[in-house]
Amino acid sequence: MGFPHPSHPKETPVLSRYFGDAGARTFEGWIKRGGYEGLKKALGMTREQVIEEVKASGLRGRGGAGFPTGLKWSFMPKEVTKPHYLVCNADESEPGTFKDREILRWTPHQLIEGCAIGAHAIGAERIYIYVRGEFTQEHKILSVAVEDAYTNGALGGNVFGSGRRIDVVIHRGAGAYICGEETAMMNSIEGKRGNPRIKPPFPAVAGLWASPTTINNVETLAATVHILQRGAEWYKGLSLGNPKSTGTKLISVCGHVQRPGNYEITMGTSMTDLIFEMAGGMRPGRTLKAVIPGGSSVPIMSAAEIQGCQMDYEGIVAKGSMLGSGGMIVMDDSTDIVYQVMRLAKFYAHESCAQCTQCREGTAWTTRILERILAGQGKPEDLELLLDLADNMTGKTICVLSDSCAAPVVSAIKKFRGEFEAYLSRSRQRSMVTA
Amino acid sequence: MSATELDYRPVFVGEGKAKLEALFPKYPTRMSCLLPALWLVQEARGWISDPAIAEVADALELTPAYVKGVVSFYTMYHRHPVGRHFIQVCTTSPCNICGAEDVVKALLQYTGCGELGNTSPDGRFTIIEVECLGACGFATPVLINDDFIEGVTPERVAGILQGYK
Repeated sequence: MGFPHPSHPKETPVLSRYFGDAGARTFEGWIKRGGYEGLKKALGMTREQVIEEVKASGLRGRGGAGFPTGLKWSFMPKEVTKPHYLVCNADESEPGTFKDREILRWTPHQLIEGCAIGAHAIGAERIYIYVRGEFTQEHKILSVAVEDAYTNGALGGNVFGSGRRIDVVIHRGAGAYICGEETAMMNSIEGKRGNPRIKPPFPAVAGLWASPTTINNVETLAATVHILQRGAEWYKGLSLGNPKSTGTKLISVCGHVQRPGNYEITMGTSMTDLIFEMAGGMRPGRTLKAVIPGGSSVPIMSAAEIQGCQMDYEGIVAKGSMLGSGGMIVMDDSTDIVYQVMRLAKFYAHESCAQCTQCREGTAWTTRILERILAGQGKPEDLELLLDLADNMTGKTICVLSDSCAAPVVSAIKKFRGEFEAYLSRSRQRSMVTA
Repeated sequence: MSATELDYRPVFVGEGKAKLEALFPKYPTRMSCLLPALWLVQEARGWISDPAIAEVADALELTPAYVKGVVSFYTMYHRHPVGRHFIQVCTTSPCNICGAEDVVKALLQYTGCGELGNTSPDGRFTIIEVECLGACGFATPVLINDDFIEGVTPERVAGILQGYK
């Protein structure tokens, strides 16, 4: 549901059904709402059967990459010769995205149940839930829920009498966007700086402490609860026609809309319906200028491009951007695109781990160029320089942070070139009236 | 040995030691306990000093240089004392377009901190700008110590901060 607003008729609340309902937070409350049935069912199945069910559902990773979840699980070794680990990525920090925090703070048992299902599927006895350091409230709520789950036999040495051991450790981050990248996250859990690792080896071969490891996003794991409970066919049937993008997706809508919040849509819903109907459209007297549909790391879309755009993995790609994490930043005509692109570049420059030259130098340099353009000191060749830099920052580094900085820059210059040129020709000056 | 080192009171004694040791079974290596151990230090002392780094290193069989390298990577560990109330305000794009910079100005004005990163003369507040707090639909989110406050506007600043003495 569009928390903090009531559910919109065009939504399909599955994961978000109990957002805002504090009664769903406790173990007892979760059981009353049909909780832990998915896990009990999974425990009665073999690892392979659980993986097949999730494969059949078509579920894809909700953290941004969209990799098929069942397939990812199937990469884990069949024989457990050293400990297997599941890592739940609750380091939500992609600008525009605030969906996982609602799962954490309203339905922590939904997440614990999903984690336990995932652990069973990959043959893991231990789960690390990596919660970003700034999520103080969510950390407390989740800690209470984990204790509750132990007390009630949903975690521990004999989960629901199955003989299966599943333990959860909550690992608190300490302020580093890059730790949301899966290999950086593993380093952070190991007590290291959060530098991403070169792949291969992939985590399923050598992850945490060189043991087979799978990393899944909060929303992905929460979705498995419902897939197990109600079946792969039901989940697959939630798609509006595209068999490659199934189920529901939480879309965090923020920025210049009347009702910012989390909307749970079936894959394939129209983007204009989401922005103008569910989220209430623009503020009075304002018109839509641009949308960043999938967290700040994806290309910016112009108002014209969102027409006819279907909200699913393929639909947004067809319009030149990506579904990503589902963090949608809506900007109206009061927005200074050049300033906001500078602000995003500054974000990436701040968050670069500085391992790779292209990223360390590129993000900072990009920010400096944009700052000088905004200060009225831009040079005629600056736009070409920004594009050249972006080219050197794309596909050339250990992780995609550098690419993520380049994407909004390149797309903004392509789609809003006039705004950059106005600064360059000094016909426009930075005004504090617009943001 | 500097004055701070002579004055240093260890964190990992008594209850602090018990909290540290409770971490050990959760991880297969001592090094992995580093982030939670640093949190314990910061909770107890408010910041992470050089002698604290040495204590953590000793407790986890690491070198002080290694621990320092990790501490400096993560923005939430304080390497200097901060005000009694530590304020983190998000100014990344989604909050920025909703007026986060005006919230920063109002916070600076109310507290008398002067500029970001400074502590107010009465030692009460330190304000920093942070990147995305992950609550973009509730612009502008402000984290005061462990209190996560949503939808802060310049008008609400005085009312909120009055509660932090």
